[in-house]
Amino acid sequence: MSVQLIIVLIYLALLLGLGLFSGGLFRGTRADYQLASRSIGPVLLLLSMFGTTMTAFALVGSTGESVRAGIGVYGMLASSSGIVHSLCFFLIGVKVWTVAHRNGYTTQIEFFRDRLDNDLIGLLLFPVLVGLIVPYLLIGVIGGGAVIGAMGVPAWAGSLLICCVVLIYVFFGGMRGTAWANAFQTTVFMGLGLVTFVVLASRLGGQEGLMENLKVLGEAIPDSHATRENMSKTKFLTYLFIPLSVGMFPHIFQHWMTAKSASSFKLPVVWHPIFIMIVWVPCVLVGTWAVAVYNSPVLRPVGPDLPANPNAVLAFLVQTHTGPVLGGFLAAGILAAIMSSLDSQFLCMGTIFNNDIVTHYLGKDRISDQQQVLLTRVFIVGIVAITFFLSLGNVRSVFAMGVWCFSGFSALFPIVVAALYWRGLSAAGTIAGVLAAIGSWCYLFYRGTQVPMEEGGLSKYVIHLDLGEASYELMPVVAMIFCSTVAMVAVSLVTPKPKPETLAKFF
Amino acid sequence: MNASQTTRSGPLIIALLVVLLLIAHQDNWFWTDDTLVFGFMPIGLFWHVCISLAAAGVWWLATGIAWPFDQQETSSTSNKEGQAE
Repeated sequence: MSVQLIIVLIYLALLLGLGLFSGGLFRGTRADYQLASRSIGPVLLLLSMFGTTMTAFALVGSTGESVRAGIGVYGMLASSSGIVHSLCFFLIGVKVWTVAHRNGYTTQIEFFRDRLDNDLIGLLLFPVLVGLIVPYLLIGVIGGGAVIGAMGVPAWAGSLLICCVVLIYVFFGGMRGTAWANAFQTTVFMGLGLVTFVVLASRLGGQEGLMENLKVLGEAIPDSHATRENMSKTKFLTYLFIPLSVGMFPHIFQHWMTAKSASSFKLPVVWHPIFIMIVWVPCVLVGTWAVAVYNSPVLRPVGPDLPANPNAVLAFLVQTHTGPVLGGFLAAGILAAIMSSLDSQFLCMGTIFNNDIVTHYLGKDRISDQQQVLLTRVFIVGIVAITFFLSLGNVRSVFAMGVWCFSGFSALFPIVVAALYWRGLSAAGTIAGVLAAIGSWCYLFYRGTQVPMEEGGLSKYVIHLDLGEASYELMPVVAMIFCSTVAMVAVSLVTPKPKPETLAKFF
Repeated sequence: MNASQTTRSGPLIIALLVVLLLIAHQDNWFWTDDTLVFGFMPIGLFWHVCISLAAAGVWWLATGIAWPFDQQETSSTSNKEGQAE
């Protein structure tokens, strides 16, 4: 058994211990299992929400994207999220927490059903939310399997191990276990990311001190990667719409509901952009250094070339420039980033199945609190099993789905904003908005599948807006948000609004 | 800073600052500039690091001058929550 695998197994054992310990604090009620009895304070809320929003992409993908496109990826994906995520926490999270706290909601669907006095909206949102979250789950499970698979274990066994660890601490610990595990994992991947950065800087630069290494590496970065000369300005601009997805993620919604008070949101709102910066800046710099070093006649190390797959570059650098111990720690950090999203998503799916389907249609009076906890757990086991079996299929193309999942959630963003701030929103308008979001998503997705693989395939599809002589690249999410907004507003203006007593609960 | 310091003009100030952040985010002026700040960080990256720090600053200000809810709301809603569940 390799040193790397031993480190990873120790890490997973620690995580299990933490999850089981927090499970010992479980009070036996549905509210405690699904929402930790709304007892999460500011620090834990910050760490758990940050861990949930950051996936393996934050470590591996950020480095890979900067290898491909240079420093521009930080502005495109990270500083934009720092502004927009906190905006969502501030404008939507706090408001939705207050309304949900007052009326006792746990899930988005409960909120929308009550806000619009309409049952159909729940039936419509349910498959949409589940459908958009499943590829996201698959990315995590397959990615986790690949990380462990690189240590000589079959990838399917790695995926199974990840699924089992997450399942155990979510099953026993519920939301409290998830929040604690997320906080632990966030600390791990932030800390290990920084350690990796410092070690790689010293090995790649070959100088004595850190600053000397940074300067040597900085000066070696080619113009193509030190600037954004090859990046579309309009694509960069319209990427700002992607992080709006946080406003409609069902698992983030559930995390919001765990807050002890509205004031608990203050710390996450302020510190989220800084946390993103701490994780992303080192990874982006490492990616540009990789290009610099491996294209430099002076700095290029003896040995193999950079891998063709940009997402494999970080692991390659760690493997070739550091020892197996740091390699093991980095693998643990990547798994931490993956699992800190998976756990919340599994718990959220179980909660939605129980609250919005079974309990909603059978009636709260017919199912006891303990039975609801049991049902939520059973659904979580089912979802983990289904995700694992789906991951065994030939679904490598699911990675291209990442940005499309986010775009789908972003397309639903206008609906949650209107539900919170516009009394004129009607049930029919909301349904029209959701249908327009789905319709435009499907159409653009189909167009994306027509892009040849040699041109980047689905993940590189953009809309071309021709104005006179010039052609501008826009992210498809812009068209989706436009369609859902227009449909929602137009239909709401001509259809009946919810009853005044319903509106009084929200405004 | 606490909720009691929330001012009437607070939300407007925050809205303006967020718009300014979004404008600053589209930094066309550094698009092809390869200057290194502190001798190692490309200026396009450094600018966006500053945007991240400025965003944290704006949101810190927002929690002080534009926080929409006070503690009274929180404690009164807790009772209703108990009834709902």
